[in-house]
Amino acid sequence: MADALLKIENLTRYFDISKPFLNRMLERDEKQFLTAVADVSFEIKRGETFALVGESGSGKSTIAKLVVGLLAASEGNIEFDGHKMTGTSGTEMRDLRRRFQMIFQDPFASLNPRWRVGDIIAEPIHTFGLLKGADVTNRVGELLDTVGLSAKDAEKFPHEFSGGQRQRIAIARALSSKPEFIVCDEPTSALDVSVQAQILNLMKDLQDEMGLTYLFISHDLSVVRHMANRIGVLYLGRLVEVADGKTLFSAPQHPYTQMLLDAVPDLALSGRRRKPVDGEIPNPINPPSGCAFHPRCPLAMDRCKVDAPHQVATETGYAACFALEAEAKAS
Amino acid sequence: MTDALLSVRNLRVEFPTRRGVLTAIDDVSFDIMPGEVLGVVGESGAGKSLTGAAIIGLLEPPGRIAGGEILLKGERIDNLGVEPMRRIRGKRIGMVFQDPLTSLNPLYTVAQQLIETIRTHADISEGEARKKAIALLDRVGIPAAARRIDDYPHHFSGGMRQRVVIALALCAEPELVIADEPTTALDVSVQSQIIDLIKEICAERGAAVMLITHDMGVIAETADRVAVLYAGRIAEIGPVRQVITAPEHPYTAGLMGSIPTLTQTDARLVQIPGAMPRLNAIPQGCAFNPRCEKAFDRCFKERPTPVVRNADGRKVACWLYDAIDTAAKEQANG
Repeated sequence: MADALLKIENLTRYFDISKPFLNRMLERDEKQFLTAVADVSFEIKRGETFALVGESGSGKSTIAKLVVGLLAASEGNIEFDGHKMTGTSGTEMRDLRRRFQMIFQDPFASLNPRWRVGDIIAEPIHTFGLLKGADVTNRVGELLDTVGLSAKDAEKFPHEFSGGQRQRIAIARALSSKPEFIVCDEPTSALDVSVQAQILNLMKDLQDEMGLTYLFISHDLSVVRHMANRIGVLYLGRLVEVADGKTLFSAPQHPYTQMLLDAVPDLALSGRRRKPVDGEIPNPINPPSGCAFHPRCPLAMDRCKVDAPHQVATETGYAACFALEAEAKAS
Repeated sequence: MTDALLSVRNLRVEFPTRRGVLTAIDDVSFDIMPGEVLGVVGESGAGKSLTGAAIIGLLEPPGRIAGGEILLKGERIDNLGVEPMRRIRGKRIGMVFQDPLTSLNPLYTVAQQLIETIRTHADISEGEARKKAIALLDRVGIPAAARRIDDYPHHFSGGMRQRVVIALALCAEPELVIADEPTTALDVSVQSQIIDLIKEICAERGAAVMLITHDMGVIAETADRVAVLYAGRIAEIGPVRQVITAPEHPYTAGLMGSIPTLTQTDARLVQIPGAMPRLNAIPQGCAFNPRCEKAFDRCFKERPTPVVRNADGRKVACWLYDAIDTAAKEQANG
């Protein structure tokens, strides 16, 4: 597809978690690897919000870091607007980097406490040499205005702001290099609900105004439902289902997606009886064989314990499950 | 009400600082009936956890109870000394904290911690205590409890650790369990397991629960009644269904509207402008007045007190609402 802004193919990242060399020699241990992201592929179209959901340890944040280049991929390809990001370096990479930015989860840790807000927001402008002199100050003022703060706040330090305001500063910084694509790694999970609503509304407004594309990462299904056009569900580093927002919530295909949706507390008090959820995410160091979800899956068959399932096309995306594959063949 | 298990009356918690006294909890009153689940919600800094800490006598100095009473079955427990309070804590009021990793001692096995707690409150032999501990672990859903009891906390996953903490809180069969954000550190799929467990096991033992959380969804699923706290004051309290489906206080209404739901469309979320005031800058009158769309003159001058709205004991602290004379209404109906 020509209009895909970000294209990820067979992305894999493992971490070496072996003991130190000497211990390994003495204890005769093998090297150990943890596969945080396994063979993940998806595309994000220009102007859309693609969300990744999953529980802790499912590899959400690792994918975010891989996409912006904070981590190097072990295998696979990341393509941004037709440019390969793996193996590119120097000026070309620098030019690419200006076009994507990241917003982090914890606004208390992602802003330098010793820098004034104005300097924090201006840093990307200086780094990419976009503006000079008084123009920088003006631009910072404009940006602060855009995110709902005032130009005077540029003189203050981060500790003078509340969590929600700090996240606004982080958004202003992300916008300062005029990016097309922003990776948002749990941007509201450190915030209270009323402040979360403000930030989510702001992010949606900015997207409408500037035509931004978001990769939105969250563990909160209702937030994802609110923000995303398309959603990918991660389990133990594997993408188990991808679908349009509406379809995923109205007709979840993969048993894990169904389980996740069932676990969301029911605010509408509809009296919907929840299916009890069994078990917990297994240890990613020794993931289960075959389909990683089989020990918790109500539909698990013998085959699920041996082979990894392939992607089966669904209405608006795909799901990786043998039960669905069997169903598709039968019909 | 005399049959309340726990009765908090006009509780006031203060923190004396060099720059003056900060009032973190201001005139909070509520009752918990035996076997009832009372949800306490609010945003960070609203005083939820402090209320729990004040009840169980674990306020960190310089915080202190500056006024009001806390009664457990009619007896005052807010003015008890260290030793009598220690006998109530654990024995009659159990506590489940947010982070299961920090509420267990990493240097002792689960067995040691459970047996110690059981034997502190009951005069039984170590062997019996161990049997009881295994039965408890089994009850909270830890597989192969007899074998796993000798493991250390780090051998357990987050959800399993929280189950151990629940077992610890319940081992002296308390009448009241205070659960302070018991599921916040857990994943959604595990969260629903833990909520179900707390609900089930407390109902089974007839223990009342005070469930402190910031998550309205958890409250909706678990609580019988809910108290909404704002800036250390109760904004609204009442049966959970009434408060969630028809919130009366503008803050509760805003809070409900700001929560994204699974069913709604792409509409904008309701947003409450601004943020909760800091403790040193709580406005005069109603604490919510700077953020309230419906605020009028009186809200800036006088502080509203909770008024009774119906016979179910629903109360709202807002000048928009008048007290309903329940006695007169009952007469009219009867």
